[in-house]
Amino acid sequence: MGKPILEVEELTFKYDKRLEEETLSAVSFTVNKGEWLAIIGDNGSGKSTLAKLLVGLLEPQKGRICIAGTELTDDSKWEVRRHIGLVFQNPDNQFIGTTVQDDVAFGLENVNMSYEEMVPRVNEALRMVEMSAFCEHDPSRLSGGQKQRVAIAGILALKPSIIVLDESLVMLDPKSRRELLSTLNQLKHKESLTIISITHDMNEAAVSDRIMMMKSGRVLKSGPPAQIFIEEQQLEPPFVERLKRELENKGKEVPKAYTTEEEMVKWLCKSCLMV
Amino acid sequence: MAMQILFDGVTADYQLGPIRSPRVLKSINLEVKPGSFTAIIGHTGSGKSSLLKAMNGLLIPSEGYVEVGNTIIKSSNNKRALKTVRKQVGMVFQFPESQLFGETVEQDICFGPLNFGVPLSQAKEIAKEVVQQVGLDPTILSKSPFSLSGGQKRRVAIAGILAMNPKVLVLDEPGAGLDPVGKKEILNLISSWHHERGLTTLLVTHDMDDVATYAENVIVMENGRIVMHDDKRSVFSNEQQLINWHVDVPDARRFQLKIEQEMGIKFGQVCLTTEELTEALIEVGLV
Ligand SMILES: Nc1ncnc2c1ncn2[C@@H]1O[C@H](COP(=O)(O)OP(=O)(O)OP(=O)(O)O)[C@@H](O)[C@H]1O
Ligand SMILES: Nc1ncnc2c1ncn2[C@@H]1O[C@H](COP(=O)(O)OP(=O)(O)OP(=O)(O)O)[C@@H](O)[C@H]1O
Ligand SMILES: [Mg+2]
Ligand SMILES: [Mg+2]
Repeated sequence: MGKPILEVEELTFKYDKRLEEETLSAVSFTVNKGEWLAIIGDNGSGKSTLAKLLVGLLEPQKGRICIAGTELTDDSKWEVRRHIGLVFQNPDNQFIGTTVQDDVAFGLENVNMSYEEMVPRVNEALRMVEMSAFCEHDPSRLSGGQKQRVAIAGILALKPSIIVLDESLVMLDPKSRRELLSTLNQLKHKESLTIISITHDMNEAAVSDRIMMMKSGRVLKSGPPAQIFIEEQQLEPPFVERLKRELENKGKEVPKAYTTEEEMVKWLCKSCLMV
Repeated sequence: MAMQILFDGVTADYQLGPIRSPRVLKSINLEVKPGSFTAIIGHTGSGKSSLLKAMNGLLIPSEGYVEVGNTIIKSSNNKRALKTVRKQVGMVFQFPESQLFGETVEQDICFGPLNFGVPLSQAKEIAKEVVQQVGLDPTILSKSPFSLSGGQKRRVAIAGILAMNPKVLVLDEPGAGLDPVGKKEILNLISSWHHERGLTTLLVTHDMDDVATYAENVIVMENGRIVMHDDKRSVFSNEQQLINWHVDVPDARRFQLKIEQEMGIKFGQVCLTTEELTEALIEVGLV
């Protein structure tokens, strides 16, 4: 992990300028290259709004965004977008092509990529999300999870330095979700892909490097998952922490520190062997 | 009276203009008991949403028929049967956007009740009540549904269906996009409506803990077919089969299996929730 690839300073935004209430108020944070940041927070807390600001789809009233050293402005917008890709919360809002492969290729055509270069990129992206068999299908006539995969492929094909996933895995079955999370993790390690995943799934948040909590348009706090789940007792923690709380309620001793599933299995089995 | 749903030899596909898609439902026979709460699970593209759509006439069988209460949906159908069915079966779509259309949230939620002959003033009362039940502030009623966050849209879509006061609830991943607290509140709300009003409820979800908490029965789908339909404990005791169908077990059950393997023992029962697992761990003396 190295220097910041994304710097957000004092970002303030509201949809309706006539209204008092701000949708985002003075949001500041940085993300390092190759880091995985999970953003969590209540419905309506401003996560998707922030995502749209990051890719220049909305303009802040105040504050600035720097991506790979370049400040995001009206003029730099097109250049900066080569570095950052957003997978929308609803994939239907993202589809343009009439076939899955055209749709994934669309973003590449936009950056004037040659056909020879494009074909393997599209195939590779569809393979990563396991949608190769559907390349001739109409993206609007797919199942929910299939749509989400195509939307992800559309961004992966662009090979951005930063990928922003706005609840993009919710409609995947658990096994596909794990596989895709592991594919993303590989890209993070091999190619220093920076990942920003907006999610309500605490298991997804738990595999990140850092969790940022938002509330009513502000950043509440951020820190590694182990710290956040211990400090924020009102958060629904990953399964093992829930089990530990339940055992504690029954007056049982449990490990004090944050525990992974493997650690908990070992701990339970060992404590039994000692007796 | 709670309603029964029957599928008899139902095969269906999506019509793409003159062409037909491959069959997405294949010779389905199904009996959903009146007043039951059933979860539908299965991997991406297995046909879960299509099965729900067949229950409210959005997908018409090309062979066989679906019976909801006393109404029959089949290929040679008349419009009246569909209208009856849509009044009785409230469906929450996988993507909330596909069911929001009003200029305001209030118009959207009032649509169902108005359509079924409820007077405007009363429909507005209902709208005000249900938005609050799904955890939204009544000021949202005057907003455009398209200016809402993803989770707010989901809540409005659910409120719109509750306002219809349907006999059958079919919910396609209703928890997707809701924050954890909201999800729990809304699933609890649905569960209490289910019990108090004697509804027949079907829920598509990828969250096996929701299955464990709310459902009685489970349908597993695979490649357009129902490969299993049983009570939840029997379904989740069958972990080898489930792997073949790319289906997970609830966290507590998965953890139980790990411990059983590590220790070379078997617990007395199949644990589906954290509470059950805690009891079992204490019982076998691991804590
Ligand atoms: N296009 C819009 N016009 C006006 N207000 C909007 C618009 N989009 C969102 N809002 C409002 O801005 C606030 C933040 O919305 P946003 O979509 O960023 O929330 P979110 O954190 O992504 O929520 P969710 O978890 O539900 O997706 C909400 O109160 C929402 O109603
Ligand atoms: N409108 C449509 N037109 C043509 N084919 C469709 C359409 N909708 C879905 N399909 C196809 O039908 C099959 C079953 O889709 P369905 O939406 O029922 O799956 P699902 O089990 O709900 O999946 P998911 O978990 O991804 O939502 C899939 O192969 C899909 O590609
Ligand atoms: Mg959002
Ligand atoms: Mg579906």
